[in-house]
Amino acid sequence: MSAPLLDVSGLETQFPTRDGVVRAVNGVSFTVNRGEILGLVGESGSGKSVTGFSLIGLVDAPGRIAAGSVKLDGRDIVGLPNDELRAIRGKRISMVFQDPSMTLNPVLTVGDQMLLALRAHERISAGDGRRRCVAALEQVGIPDPGRRLDSYPHQFSGGMRQRVAIAIALLHKPDLVIADEPTTALDVSIQAQILTEMKALARDTGTAMIWISHDLATVSSMADRIAVMYAGRIVESGPTATVLRDPRHPYTRGLLDSLPAIAQAGEDLASIPGTTPSLLKLPPGCPFAPRCPRAQPVCANEPPLAVEGDRTFLCHFPLGVRA
Amino acid sequence: MIDRASPLARFFGEFRESRAAVFGLVVVGLMIGLALLAPLITPQDPYDLASLTLRDARRPPGYVGTAGFTHWLGTDAQGRDLLSAILYGLRISIQMGLVAGAIGLVLGASVGTTAAYLGGRVEAFVMRLIDLQLSFPAILLAFVIAALLGQGKWQLVAALVAAQYAYFARTAHGAAAAERHKDYVEAALSTPLPARRVVFRHILPNALPPLIVVATVQIASAISLEATLSFLGVGLPPTEPSLGMLIANGFPYMLSGRYWISIYPGVALIILIFAVNLVGDQIRDQLNPRLRR
Amino acid sequence: MTDGFVTASGVSRHFTPSLPLGERIVAAFGGAVERRSVRAVDQVDLSLRKGEALGLVGESGCGKTTLGRMIAGILPPSDGALAIAGEPVMTCGASPRKTTTRVQMVFQDPFASLDPRMRIGDALAEGPIHHGLVSKAGAVAYVRDWLGQVGLEPDYVSRYPHQFSGGQRQRVAIARALAMRPDVLVCDEPVASLDVSIQAQIINLFLKLRRELDLTLLFISHDLGVVRHLCDRVAIMYLGRIVEEGPTHEVYADPRHPYTQALLDSVPKLVLEEGAEVRFKPIQGELPSPLAPPPGCHFHLRCPFAAERCAVERPTLRPVATGRRAACHFAKTDLNIITGSSSSPAVIASGAKQSS
Repeated sequence: MSAPLLDVSGLETQFPTRDGVVRAVNGVSFTVNRGEILGLVGESGSGKSVTGFSLIGLVDAPGRIAAGSVKLDGRDIVGLPNDELRAIRGKRISMVFQDPSMTLNPVLTVGDQMLLALRAHERISAGDGRRRCVAALEQVGIPDPGRRLDSYPHQFSGGMRQRVAIAIALLHKPDLVIADEPTTALDVSIQAQILTEMKALARDTGTAMIWISHDLATVSSMADRIAVMYAGRIVESGPTATVLRDPRHPYTRGLLDSLPAIAQAGEDLASIPGTTPSLLKLPPGCPFAPRCPRAQPVCANEPPLAVEGDRTFLCHFPLGVRA
Repeated sequence: MIDRASPLARFFGEFRESRAAVFGLVVVGLMIGLALLAPLITPQDPYDLASLTLRDARRPPGYVGTAGFTHWLGTDAQGRDLLSAILYGLRISIQMGLVAGAIGLVLGASVGTTAAYLGGRVEAFVMRLIDLQLSFPAILLAFVIAALLGQGKWQLVAALVAAQYAYFARTAHGAAAAERHKDYVEAALSTPLPARRVVFRHILPNALPPLIVVATVQIASAISLEATLSFLGVGLPPTEPSLGMLIANGFPYMLSGRYWISIYPGVALIILIFAVNLVGDQIRDQLNPRLRR
Repeated sequence: MTDGFVTASGVSRHFTPSLPLGERIVAAFGGAVERRSVRAVDQVDLSLRKGEALGLVGESGCGKTTLGRMIAGILPPSDGALAIAGEPVMTCGASPRKTTTRVQMVFQDPFASLDPRMRIGDALAEGPIHHGLVSKAGAVAYVRDWLGQVGLEPDYVSRYPHQFSGGQRQRVAIARALAMRPDVLVCDEPVASLDVSIQAQIINLFLKLRRELDLTLLFISHDLGVVRHLCDRVAIMYLGRIVEEGPTHEVYADPRHPYTQALLDSVPKLVLEEGAEVRFKPIQGELPSPLAPPPGCHFHLRCPFAAERCAVERPTLRPVATGRRAACHFAKTDLNIITGSSSSPAVIASGAKQSS
């Protein structure tokens, strides 16, 4: 097997606040291979978005990456000076946000900002640039792209705006796209369109993707591998279908059982009791222990990282494994 | 992350973190205290014309007067001890600022909230009228009204309120109109609860924070407005000089080297307004959801 | 339908956006200005039996929230009538007022629906005291009881909303609605803003409350999974109209309107097999502007089965099976048309002439 495209190891991102240090990402390690889609799943506060931002050095001060490395093709990009990071962002790694207005400038036409994005990394004539932009919009399924280039973002519908943001993210044929809840704000019918198109685009261009979402169903239909996050850690990872069919970590099991799609209509859902712990005051050892049905006193100790074939999990008492 | 404190306690907890604001609050408190205690701590009653002697007039700071005490800040053209005059002036200035601010707040909040709740043509009419007034310089308006009403404390308060209530009205209107369509107001209306209760128990308390911010700013500006009017001679009677009047009185002597007559009251005024604004800034920062961490 | 406990008959709601200044001036001088209004809800008939849970499903802008707000008595209808057990929800006239306490609402965002400056004990007691459901002296015990019912500590009465998590706040909001002892609860996306694990807790709470309190539930949601789990019946809305309605499991298993079909096909499902090729059948195109919806059937521009007739004639919501209705000219029906007068082809044709 060739070396992974992205190798994240021991990543810790912290935010000092008045009440103490928030450990948003607390020792996260994973790899992404070329052309692979990794689904990063978790609930709010699990650290999945902060992980995404940390990868490309977009952690707002006073937050900081306290430890760990992010190796892109073997080169650590944590702590690189800003201009070197900028050369990577948008070119080799690009990002798609939940809210496309984070990418789109409301006072520039879509064509102008696409051209700006192009020229940020290469010298290109206006005519060639325009052709590239038209092709990029066409690729993401925007009808009549030549005319739409001269429209402003507000003249697009929500779904179309997100497509434009995706087109911009793909302009430089990046090695990796980090997509942070890109379809969460969209209606199901538009979401279905975009999921289909993004999956096809990733396959056709060989772009790897980190698909960050709270929705197990969209991740299961997109991702080759899945990493489940809880309280700043990856508690379980592995091939998507295998993990979801037969989870090892009780939290993954709990998430699946919380879905109404699995239960019999009208019956109580097997919900996870309690709420996610405060990242300021994490319990010692396994952060899920206070809500876990399998918890024992030993769970107050750091859980061991188990490796089973191509999957990993962080649990003292994993499911479906004979002791 | 879940704390048990009431909103008010949380507010003070956060307020304490800003050193500048605490400093401002201490200064404001100190000045109010000094102003309140003025009759007890000043060596002289500057309003008692009988106790003044012209022999002591325009003496520099540190001069020991005929009455036997030291004039630490010097004396003015009538032979008043400036320190005493400033403390008494502070009393009037603060009094004017607070009274005018409070009346303006109540009047403006009623007008603004009522307009926001009623909506429609009433709202449009009232608010356009207020916009019209706001397009007029406040100082000019206050000057005209003060000149028309003549000298006196209450006339001055009326002029200040007339110049300032529009700010309160517009702020109250904006805040109340924003609250009006929030879910909790709709929830209260759909219970159903009577409109009056919804306005006073739900909308008004939530529209209060921006009003408090405006109030601190407006108190500071009422104080300086009052000083300006007195400086221009349409404010308080010269027998009871406020800070503005003291500055005005000293003005002719500035160039002859007797700077203290104007400068010290001016410094007192600046410190007061600056301190009030320090407090006001912190309150604004704390209540502004955009700046919240 | 007149047998319903909650009935909406011919209910419409129009919003007329205010004109730009220039056009207003033109209008003031007698110029012709096109005044377009959004028909957020367009002649909807709907009824709920007592104790039933109806899911109102649709994408954003379909009018489901507007319809829910009208039923909850927050918004007066522009046209048509709403009633609970035969009593109107709001008074008529220039400034309509809600007159009944029999329907209460739970909002989507639990952070916005509670007054941030009021202790939750006061917030819960306010309505019941005002309407004489409980005395001032008994209010604390009453509120504590309701907090217990929704799975919160009774001692939370003196807390402020900010001291709760999202899921807990939604419980408080539910308790506030229930403390008014309503017969009908309108819930507007009550779990949409919550995390999956918390969502499951709140869904369980609704299941429990339904069992214990004989509530009639109008559950507005875009989440087909949640609706399937919680609701006996479902109504699908598209651009202000109900396009299909019927028992949830039947509609999901055998949709009769192409939009329902497309919506169900669009929902991502949990994929549990390796290498399974996931295929959506996304609906083509975008939602048309509600300011200028297409004539005839609103869905015809995106519908794979559309025919000429669909562009001119509005389909009526007609029975297609026992207890099921669909608004499509070509909906498959398994009724032998003797009972339904409106669904006989001849009547449709003649009705078409009237409506067009």
